[in-house]
Formats: sequence, C-alpha cells, structure tokens
Amino acid sequence: MTPHILTRSLNRGALIFLLVVAAAGILLPLSNLLLPESSALHVPTYLISLFGKYVCYAILALSIDLIWGYCGILSLGHGAFFALGGYAMGMYLMRQIGSRGVYGNPILPDFMVFLNYKALPWYWYGFDHFWFAALMVLLVPGLLAFCFGWLAFRSRVTGVYLSIITQAMTYALLLAFFRNDFGFGGNNGLTDFKDILGFNVQAEGTRAALFMLSCLALAIGFLICRSVVTSKLGKVLIAIRDAESRTRFLGYRVESYKLFVFTLSACMAGVAGALYVPQVGIINPGEFAPGNSIEAVIWVAVGGRGTLIGAALGAIVVNYAKTVFTSGPLAPYWLFMLGAMFVLVTLLLPKGIVGTVNAWLEPWKAKRLSRNAESAAREDGVIKPNMAE
Amino acid sequence: MSLIETRTTSAMLYLDGVHVSFDGFHAINNLSLTLEPGEMRAIIGPNGAGKTTMMDIITGKTKPDKGEVVFDGSVDLTKLDETEIATLGIGRKFQKPTVFESQTIEDNLLLALNVDHRVRGTLFWRRSEPESKRIDRVLEIIKLGDARDRLAGNLSHGQKQWLEIGMLLAQDPKLLLVDEPVAGMTDVETQQTAELLKEINSHDKTVVVVEHDMTFVRELGVKVTCLHEGTVLAEGTIDDVSANERVVEVYLGR
Repeated sequence: MTPHILTRSLNRGALIFLLVVAAAGILLPLSNLLLPESSALHVPTYLISLFGKYVCYAILALSIDLIWGYCGILSLGHGAFFALGGYAMGMYLMRQIGSRGVYGNPILPDFMVFLNYKALPWYWYGFDHFWFAALMVLLVPGLLAFCFGWLAFRSRVTGVYLSIITQAMTYALLLAFFRNDFGFGGNNGLTDFKDILGFNVQAEGTRAALFMLSCLALAIGFLICRSVVTSKLGKVLIAIRDAESRTRFLGYRVESYKLFVFTLSACMAGVAGALYVPQVGIINPGEFAPGNSIEAVIWVAVGGRGTLIGAALGAIVVNYAKTVFTSGPLAPYWLFMLGAMFVLVTLLLPKGIVGTVNAWLEPWKAKRLSRNAESAAREDGVIKPNMAE
Repeated sequence: MSLIETRTTSAMLYLDGVHVSFDGFHAINNLSLTLEPGEMRAIIGPNGAGKTTMMDIITGKTKPDKGEVVFDGSVDLTKLDETEIATLGIGRKFQKPTVFESQTIEDNLLLALNVDHRVRGTLFWRRSEPESKRIDRVLEIIKLGDARDRLAGNLSHGQKQWLEIGMLLAQDPKLLLVDEPVAGMTDVETQQTAELLKEINSHDKTVVVVEHDMTFVRELGVKVTCLHEGTVLAEGTIDDVSANERVVEVYLGR
C-alpha cells in the first residue's frame, strides 16, 4: 500500500519547487548565452554568478532545515561544513593553476612560495585530481560531522549546549585556518583560480554551467531531503524533535538517528560550499565566522523551519535583500535590518513564510480532502447520495 | 552487556534490595518486588512513595545505587540503557500522557510498532499488509479508528491516555509499565480502561499498573503492592492492603 519512495516524496509543493528550480537552471543560462546583450531578456553574467551564489546558500539552508526543522538539532556552526567543502574545491582549483601563478612554480601555489614552503604538504596530495577533490568535498565535512556528532549525541548533549559547541567548532576552525603555517593560505585563503576541469572559470559558458550544476545540486539535495523526511525515518526524526526521551522508550537509538542526519546534512553543506567557491572565485577563513552560520539559520527561520522549500526560499530572499541593501546608501544598516527581520519573523511569522502560507491554505486543503473522501465513499456505495447531507 | 547470564529466577520482573538516592534523598529504599510471568500488579502509595522512580529504574532512565533488577529471569536491567530495555520488550506508558503531538494518531502507532528500529531499516521501511491490519486492530481497540488522520496533539486528555496504551499494544512488549492510566478520565472511561488492561493481561502479558484511583484498582481485582518512602509497605489482595493499619495511616487516611 505504501507508494514508491519517489512518488511518496513528491507532493504538489515539491513538484512546483522542482519545476521552478529546473526552469531557472535552464532558462537563465540560456538567456545569458544565446540572447544578444541588447535584448531586454538578456541576463548578464554577473547576475548568473550572483544567482549561483544564492542557489549554493539555498543548499546550505536545506541542509540546516533537515537537522533543525525535522530533528531539532540547532547547529550554529554549519558554515564550517560549507567552508570545508569550499576549501576542498579551492585546493583543486589552486592545483589547476600550475605554473601560471605569479611565481610560476609548477607544484607550489603562490602563497606557499611566498611563505617559503619547500615542498607540497602531504594533505595537498591528490587535489590535482578532480575526482579526489570531489570525494573530499563529501568526506571531510562528513567525517568531521560524524566524529563531532558521535561524541556529542552519545553524551546526550542537546539544545542550547549543542548549539554552543557547534559555534565553538566553527570558531576553532576559523582560528586554525587563519594561521599561515596551517597550509591553507592563512588570512588570504585560496584565490586567483584559472581553470576547472580545463574550462576557464571566468568564461561565460563555465559560469552558466556552474549555475546549472548548482540548480541540479539543489534539486537533488531537495529530493534527498524529501525522501528522508517522508520515510518512516522522517517520522522518527520528528518524534525525536518533539519528545526525545519518549522515542528512546520506544526502542529507537536516538543518537544513531541524529548522527545519520547530521552527517548527511554536513555532506550537503560541503557540496554547497564546493559549488560556491568557483562562482565567487575565493575561499578564505572568513567563511568559518560564527556569524555566517547564524545568518544561515536566520534564512531558514525566515523561510519556514521544517518545510525544506521555505529554507531554500528564505536563503534566496534574505540574500537578495542583502545584495540590494548592502549596495545602496542603506549599506551601513544591513545588520540592523537582518536583526530586525529575524525579530519580526519570530514575532509575526513564527512559522516563517512558507509555514504561514501553508497555515492559510490549511482549511482549503482540508475541504478538498474531505470532498475527495466523500466522493470516494459515494463511489464505494458507503454513502447513499441522497443521504449524504 | 550481560544478556547471557545464568537464569536466577523464574520471575518476569525481579527487584531485590534496590536503593536510589538523589542528593541524599532516599527515593527508593531496599525495594524488593517480584512479578511472575503473566501477572498483573497494581502499585499504590502516596505521592513521593517512589512509584515513578521505580519505573524509571526498570526502564533504564535511572540507575540504582545498589540492588538487583532482573528481567525475564536472566537479564540484568541495571547494565542496559533505555533503548536496549525497550527492545527487550518492556513498554511504558507515562504518568503525563506523552504522545507525538505533531504527528497523526496512525503515525504514533506506526512509530511504536515493534519492527526493525535501526536507522537503515527505518529509512527503507515499507508497511506490510499484516502491519496495516495490526494498526487497524489497535485503532479499533482504542476506539480512535475514525480519528486516525487527526493530529495527536488535538486529542482530549483521555484519548491521549488511550492512544498511549494503543502505542503499548503496537509495541507488543512482554512487560507493560502503566503509570496512572485513568488520570483525567470519566467513570465510564475508567471502567473501559480497566477492561482493556485486563484484556491485555489475559494475553499472557505481565502488567504493572501504578494508580491512585482506588475504585479502578478494585476494578482490576489483582494483587496490590503499597509503596511508602521507597519501600514495600504492604502486599496482598486489595481488601488485605486496605485493611492494613499502616496503609490506612500513610495513604488511605482514616
């Protein structure tokens, strides 16, 4: 009786979301590449990269919603997994520069020559291969999340205590990556990228392709999250969120569930970071800043916690607002606006944008459902038509 | 884990010389209790007598400082955690009804169903025909069949109590610990709950019921243990226990 895993995860909202992502992922790059610049419908390349950045943020927001919205794990350090994925991609891009760097060293990236490195550190081995870097994009955030989660969840660290140690984790990484002798470019991070898989990262075609890939990753990430939350495991996650100890007394090993979903979420954040770096052209320790992680949580809260679509929407809406407001005369006040947005959403739209819209639609949906049930019952002969009133 | 030990007792549940103290307060004091397989036992006693703490010890929420807690003759419960104990077949209904409020009644039962509870099994789990039938059957028993798609949070207090008993049924444990099942129920509902528990017990389930409602305890018609200050004050039929001088003094009142 239980429908197939894919059909079960695709309700009307999910289908609409996927259609919008697909349309954006196809139409925007096409208009950028095919239409002449004079056309009113032409999308300039800088916008493609900007939207690509939003889409990466949307993936990060999805990963946060999966653990926070559905399992009640409020990570205030998810930016760390995003940044680690970004660094893994950045290391690949650095190795692709080859001898085209300022110092022309065929092996060592510029910052290593500058810092008097004699040889490539061992942890940079393998990053000249794309497949290796791609693997690390998933493995490094995944492993860190697994180890961190194993320790934290097994010791039953929950709630605000868990949030605090996730902050500490990202802050510790921030400090480590700031150090020059840590081997990742210190303060300046990794930048000045040239090629990705042989294509010039600055080229219009590459940018359009990266945007398409980001949309594809968002769609796949969304499908993965949907199939998780609509499975029985999703029900267990909600049970843990709402009554953790009750779930234990039913015989569920709560820490294993948390560990699974936390690790999955970290891998998704890593992918988001890896797609982000070639589009913005730099990765530096600033990405580990605790403030970034908190901002990402705000996107989810604004869009609607526990709705997935809301998380993605929130990321795009808030970042669009950020772009608009930080580029005008209001720039100095952006942080006040962000704070005000969070306060207002908490007070006026506690369910976020999507959650509130869903609540509005609820009576209408219920009516449709009961109408369907009634007509089905009528067909089955359970209710006689003339007696239905 | 010491799941395999020499069988020490024929009892389903065996507590001997159990002590627990919280910050110097002796919640459980040399408590000993034996339940035979298939037995139903009512536990009464004033507030603070240690009834809920006793349940916490059996289900692994609280570790005793001293004493033996043996399940099914051979399993040392003091060495296991809540999940392991639940998996062994010990189900618990809480004093304050604890259901998953944001999920439907049907999903609450589905979560309680005793199928593979490990992560992978749960991710790919699909409901089979017999499992659907079992959920339907439980819904029928707890009289919530028409409300299966309603959110558990919207149920009345009494209905939540029944849903939680339904979750116990879906869990299908060997030993049921039922904490104040008729609190907040009408007389008719109380009567029905007594019938339901007797029905569950008649299917070879061992049941421990903690309750204040003496009419309900009388209705159950089983052996009664009265706890006081963390230890057994009296044990026997309801009439014996009610006639006991000390019980009258500390609990029933003159």
